[in-house]
Amino acid sequence: MSDIRETPAFGRRAVISLLAATGLPAFAQFRVEVSGVGLTQLPIAIVAFGGEVQSPQKISTIVRADLERSGRFRSVDTAGIVADENTRPDLAVWRPKGSDALVTGSVTPLAGGRFEVRVRLWDIVRGQDLGGQSFTVVQADLRLAAHRISDFVYEKLTGEKGVFSTRIAYVTKAGSRFTLWVADADGEGAQSALASQEPIISPAWSPDGTQLAYVSFESRKPVIYAHDVGTGKRRLLANFRGSNSAPAWSPDGQQMVATLSRDGGSQLYALSLTGGEPRRLTQSSSIDTEPVFSPDGRNLYFVSDRGGAPQIYRMPAGGGSADRVTFSGTYNISPAISPDGRYLAYISRVGGAFKLHVMELATGTTTPITDTTADESPSFAPNSRLIVYATRQQGRDALMTSTLDGKIKASLAGASGDLREPDWGPFSR
Amino acid sequence: MKRFLISAFSSVALAATLVACGSNVKLNDVPVEDKSSVVNPAVDPNASSRAVAPVQIDATDVSAAGPANTTKIIYFDFDSFSIKPEFQTAIDSHAKYMAANKTRKMAIEGHTDERGGREYNLALGQKRAEAVRRALGLLGVTDAQVEAVSFGKEKPAASGGSEDAMAKNRRAEINYR
Repeated sequence: MSDIRETPAFGRRAVISLLAATGLPAFAQFRVEVSGVGLTQLPIAIVAFGGEVQSPQKISTIVRADLERSGRFRSVDTAGIVADENTRPDLAVWRPKGSDALVTGSVTPLAGGRFEVRVRLWDIVRGQDLGGQSFTVVQADLRLAAHRISDFVYEKLTGEKGVFSTRIAYVTKAGSRFTLWVADADGEGAQSALASQEPIISPAWSPDGTQLAYVSFESRKPVIYAHDVGTGKRRLLANFRGSNSAPAWSPDGQQMVATLSRDGGSQLYALSLTGGEPRRLTQSSSIDTEPVFSPDGRNLYFVSDRGGAPQIYRMPAGGGSADRVTFSGTYNISPAISPDGRYLAYISRVGGAFKLHVMELATGTTTPITDTTADESPSFAPNSRLIVYATRQQGRDALMTSTLDGKIKASLAGASGDLREPDWGPFSR
Repeated sequence: MKRFLISAFSSVALAATLVACGSNVKLNDVPVEDKSSVVNPAVDPNASSRAVAPVQIDATDVSAAGPANTTKIIYFDFDSFSIKPEFQTAIDSHAKYMAANKTRKMAIEGHTDERGGREYNLALGQKRAEAVRRALGLLGVTDAQVEAVSFGKEKPAASGGSEDAMAKNRRAEINYR
């Protein structure tokens, strides 16, 4: 990365971004449906990049789509205007258009099939250059370069990191075929990581974003693999007697906690990634499962029916006494903790419906944030601003994103397709 | 942007890598035969830094024969893990068969209906499988002969959310190996 001129971001605002999505090759394209009351949107002009006409990817179009889908920005018409990152904008022209910010750039083909993508961001209101970036990429990474530009713009203007260049993993079932996909955060460019005739559940990104741990039933029992998505190389992490499931990486990526039934019941165990005997963490005669680490690695949140019905508990990561965290309802499962450690997302059964809830951990305040009735598997975006989850709409499984207050949602589902088990990857490096 | 450049080299490296799946983790069970293969690994130097190498798993075969004229499916009531009296005859028959065939092994696969979370259902299915394992154990079948596993709600016997379908899905299946 080169040529990043740092300038202070203006305006630290409450930001909400929306994941958009798409492109599951086998199915219809994903659709983004934004509903709910929008927030104040920052007007931004994104001019067609110089050289873009000849470029295989229309960078400005991707950036505009990213920023609009975030729900945080409103795009200002720039039709017919040509400018690149070297052109100092004429404020007298831009101010009347009502735009607060301006994005300009260029795409230049280099020798060997590479491209140089440059961008510059301007504060129209103050007439300030907010900085620029340049990327040299292969053609296949032009979309990624565009997402990184979106992240740059988003962070400069909101003060928070964008999630446009992150990835999401999810599972589809088509007939008897199960596929584990890895897609861009806008849903485009889904690539198959694993295809199997047996179920695949509980994908979990490693903290460095290179591997997915998951439960595969390919050997007619649930076992846990760690799978390097770039190379396709897989490593069997847990294949103990009985069932092996619910893998959770520790934040430092050095160990994993999972549910094993090797001693008869479903209990939590710590597994070293370098081998050795699993260490049992819970000692109950009930079900203990779905462990997830707190971001600081000190605690584990998990589901247990030790009180007679499944509830979410918290205990020290090395084991110890557990405190109950959820109190309302008789079926609370699938905990996810926001990366900033402030929120717990989970699924609660309410009158026969399974609904995504968000609890502010500091206060215990709990809010149901969906209108759907078959919500599953919540996972936070790495900037803690959005949750992706599986649900059912019009009789079909679908992936949705929602802001933590539930006000802005986007459907990642196409017209058809059986989608489940989303897991939002970490910030890319 | 270093990662963009590095990718070309790692792609080449991975092309030479066959997926040999071995775990460093010491296993106390028969290792799973990994039938996976990396299909069409990216060797293109112009491949994306985030190219994903697709892996294909072949279908697994199932079930060998057990005692004749005996059901291999034990059904359970909603939210229940106890074996109903009507299945005791079948349990007895399987136990006798295993006692007479000490080298045979069986897997008991627990299943649930579609309601609720996948992982929690996996644990509930495990309880059903364990219930059958214990029932067989009381009749002399050794732990070495039996493995109780769960498919949760992932492999329904009947599709749909009707009461009838869900009743067919709350089950434990006995599979001889």
